[in-house]
Amino acid sequence: MSTTETDLSARTRVEPRGHPPRRPCEHPQDTSAREVHPAPDRYRNAIGKYKIDRLGSCVSCGRCAEVCPEGVHSKPGGYAFTLRPQDHLCVGPQCAKTDHFCVALCPQKALRLQRNASAECMGDPRWSSDLILSTWHEAATGHKPPPHLEYRHGASGGGFDSLRFQFEIEGSERPEQVPTAEIDTSLDLNHRQDGRPQVHIDIPVYGGGMSFGSVSIHTILAKARAAVAWNSFTCTGEGGYPDRLVPYDDHVITQVATGLFGVREDTIQRVRIVEFKYAQGAKPGLGGHLLGDKNTPPVARMREAVAGNALFSPFPFHSVYSVEDHKKHLDWIKEVNPRCLVSVKVSTPTDVDMVAVGSYYAGAHIIHLDGSYGGTAAAPDIAKKNIAMPIEFAIPKVHKFLRAEGIRDAVTLIASGGIRTPHDALKAVALGADGVVIGTAEMVALGCVRCACCESGRGCPRGIASTDPELMKQMSLEWATQRLVNLHNAWREQMVEGLSLLGMRSIRELRGRSDLLCYLSDEPALAEEVSR
Amino acid sequence: MPDRYHIHAVPTPARFRRVGKFGNVDWREDCSRCSNCVKLRCTYDVYRQESAHNRDPAAPAQTLNGCKACLSCVQGCTKGLLGLSVNPEFLDMGDAYWRPDILLTTWNQSDAGKIPVSGAGYRGRFHGPGFDSIWTDMSEIVRPTRDGIHGREYISTSVDIGPRPMRLEFDSEGRMLTEPARLLELQLPAILDMPAWQVQSDQLAQARAIAAEELSSLAVMSAPDAAALPPELLPSAVPVLGREDIPKSAGLLEEVRMAELLDGPEVAAQAGALLSKNPELMVAVRLALRPTAADRAAELARAGMKILHLCADQHGRERPGNGGPGRHLKDVLREVHGRLVKDGLRDTVTLVAGGGIALPEHMAKAIICGADLVAVDTPLLVALGCRVCRDRHVSCTGGRCPAEIWAADAAYAAQRMVNLMSAWHSQLIEVLGAMGIREVRRLRGEVGRAMFLEDIERDAFGDIARVSQTRVCT
Repeated sequence: MSTTETDLSARTRVEPRGHPPRRPCEHPQDTSAREVHPAPDRYRNAIGKYKIDRLGSCVSCGRCAEVCPEGVHSKPGGYAFTLRPQDHLCVGPQCAKTDHFCVALCPQKALRLQRNASAECMGDPRWSSDLILSTWHEAATGHKPPPHLEYRHGASGGGFDSLRFQFEIEGSERPEQVPTAEIDTSLDLNHRQDGRPQVHIDIPVYGGGMSFGSVSIHTILAKARAAVAWNSFTCTGEGGYPDRLVPYDDHVITQVATGLFGVREDTIQRVRIVEFKYAQGAKPGLGGHLLGDKNTPPVARMREAVAGNALFSPFPFHSVYSVEDHKKHLDWIKEVNPRCLVSVKVSTPTDVDMVAVGSYYAGAHIIHLDGSYGGTAAAPDIAKKNIAMPIEFAIPKVHKFLRAEGIRDAVTLIASGGIRTPHDALKAVALGADGVVIGTAEMVALGCVRCACCESGRGCPRGIASTDPELMKQMSLEWATQRLVNLHNAWREQMVEGLSLLGMRSIRELRGRSDLLCYLSDEPALAEEVSR
Repeated sequence: MPDRYHIHAVPTPARFRRVGKFGNVDWREDCSRCSNCVKLRCTYDVYRQESAHNRDPAAPAQTLNGCKACLSCVQGCTKGLLGLSVNPEFLDMGDAYWRPDILLTTWNQSDAGKIPVSGAGYRGRFHGPGFDSIWTDMSEIVRPTRDGIHGREYISTSVDIGPRPMRLEFDSEGRMLTEPARLLELQLPAILDMPAWQVQSDQLAQARAIAAEELSSLAVMSAPDAAALPPELLPSAVPVLGREDIPKSAGLLEEVRMAELLDGPEVAAQAGALLSKNPELMVAVRLALRPTAADRAAELARAGMKILHLCADQHGRERPGNGGPGRHLKDVLREVHGRLVKDGLRDTVTLVAGGGIALPEHMAKAIICGADLVAVDTPLLVALGCRVCRDRHVSCTGGRCPAEIWAADAAYAAQRMVNLMSAWHSQLIEVLGAMGIREVRRLRGEVGRAMFLEDIERDAFGDIARVSQTRVCT
């Protein structure tokens, strides 16, 4: 679908599917609409893949505004001059094949089309410039990005970027497509049959842990509100449970991490899922790290720490030396909250399959694997690149092992750490996961350019991962919520489209169907060799 | 308990002009002078700092090209006139192995010895050749020490160089017959090697020696460079001796603790000659990495050589001699280590691996592949501003070096090297801590604590059909 003004103004109501009856809550719960509205870039100048230069020889005849269907050029009535091109809407050289290519039709030859050098500054092999722009488009419109952007995979040359579905291969057999309206993307998260309540989510995606301190309160709340809208979840991270999250309790996962910052009996009791964070993919084997500058007085109050001091979480849990200790941990949480499900978030060592089995026998409902290429607000570069295996390798390893143990259907397997697109999510499910957790994709939807400065000084210069009172005001809660609601809609649409092409009626049919995948045997040309 | 090993990193601003990745903010015509851009709004104040440097060249140069590419100015400009681009000078630095980002992170680490920490996730390729196709292991619940990796109980990075007795022998009275082991204990599993090519500088060798002394390590250098050192630095120096150097180096050999001999048919005899001059001397053989390295290493070990220094080329490759690309150091190391283990010789020799060690993870991974310690060469030049120019090293001599390495004085150069090694040491500890290992000696040959691409790719994707990129629908 191309980005037109008509699309931007379209309002789509997405009907919830399989929404479970809500249980009565202790606190009044806020609702948030699952409606797509346009949420354009919050900066004055949106960035696109291409740039249109208007040269001095332009006579403002308005011909370009007449021909361009994308809304790049405009000359409103009564204006003597043509307005500055909205070049982020330009679809690029492919337009030259049409009869409305402004560069060719300009009588003065005053227009020039080129790649936008500024957009190329934000790319890296894992998150290419195209992927960032695609995610921005999804968040702005709620729909699939236009074809001039490579929105399905990055340019890292391996893992998800080297996997394709059979339907993407020339000459492959295609099953009969299922009408998209009949496709179900929901998941049940409790497969243990242990008498605890079922937790049902409408999309096979929920939000990863981001602590109060690492990201702004607006980011935390927007994630929670989008989770409410999509009947999914967000996670507190290890920075405590801000009071402003209370109206969204039903869609919040309380994380219990090694630092135990802000973990209290009531924060465990008020939620439906509690997550133990044993390790984080971006810094496996190392504890969390909040740099001193981001430990502002409100953050310090929440964490019961001294403002301005860097906060290190220990690694690992100092009370867990074995699977038996791990079971005690889980029993403790289950005792404190008899109606919650317990998720165990682990990283991906060589024995990740054994870790998963151990977690199942300790009583976990959800095993959450966090691969090594995941995001973070601060981690040593050496850890992000080198320690533990990427999620693409860990999912099939764990899935096959759980199946061989005969317990695959008794546990929910969630994958995270490098899930950038809905296509990555589908591939993760085909490799054996039930669903995925995303983090960086949500940050990109809020305007992140991946400049990697979340940890330094005042934090994110774009106000997303910052607790600086001035910087965080750059983003309003309403705008941020809408961007994430849109993102989830665009993701769901694309997942539904993929399932339709696979001839499946439910995401649950795709689990472990690695036979539907192909692996590219040759090294693709890499878009960019240089990374920071 | 002995004093804890600590490297004293001292902030030492770079003297050379830094090249950043994003340095070019392009102002187009029609600026309204509202200053609502980098001038007022830059979160990092980069514009003002760079302007200060333009006015006063004596201002610290490390902020130059400090743009982080947050694009706030580009997107916030009132008239949309600003554009940012990747600095072509940055892309032009180094080569396919010594990538610009490696040079930049090495410069940053040499400033103050800090571990590079950043936000967001990993940014590079999924995997790459050589060391980039290995991931190191971690443990969910095992921790190496009781109070954290930087706590009071510390992770040892010390390694031994030299012959170890394979067993202890006693006479019938219970007296020990075995000679006590003579080992050189280094606190860092890295020695500072000489550059792989000719570099114009009178001070480099001395700087390496000063740094090695501070680091409790060793500095490898030519025999004339070692002879020119002040006597107090000689215990840290390792002269490399060719056949013609040996007769001239009698005095030197009495002062140094270790010397290297270039590999050749007479190397065993030469080693004997050196030991006759100084029986305490550690003698290493410096051999270029060739396809026959495993055979040669076993042969030298059988001939009684105790220390083997394997030298890959600058890109970490062996030199096959036929002009073709050789195997990577990691593969050769695994072969050499495996061969020595199989022949029952591994514990009789110390393996030093050098060439292409560019990042701290290379140190850990080379040790996993079988080395006892590594030799660092090019990063020590990069610490001084070297850009690994692609000019066949023409500009490294004749006063043409753009970073003016020839003008760097020994104390400054040594501190930059110490800072870099301090950052590497801290990062090695991070990797060891994640694995739950508290001693780098135990990492040697521990391939079980690493994941090799070919193995995990086969396990994960072995049952998935292979297709060529050309068959993918666009």
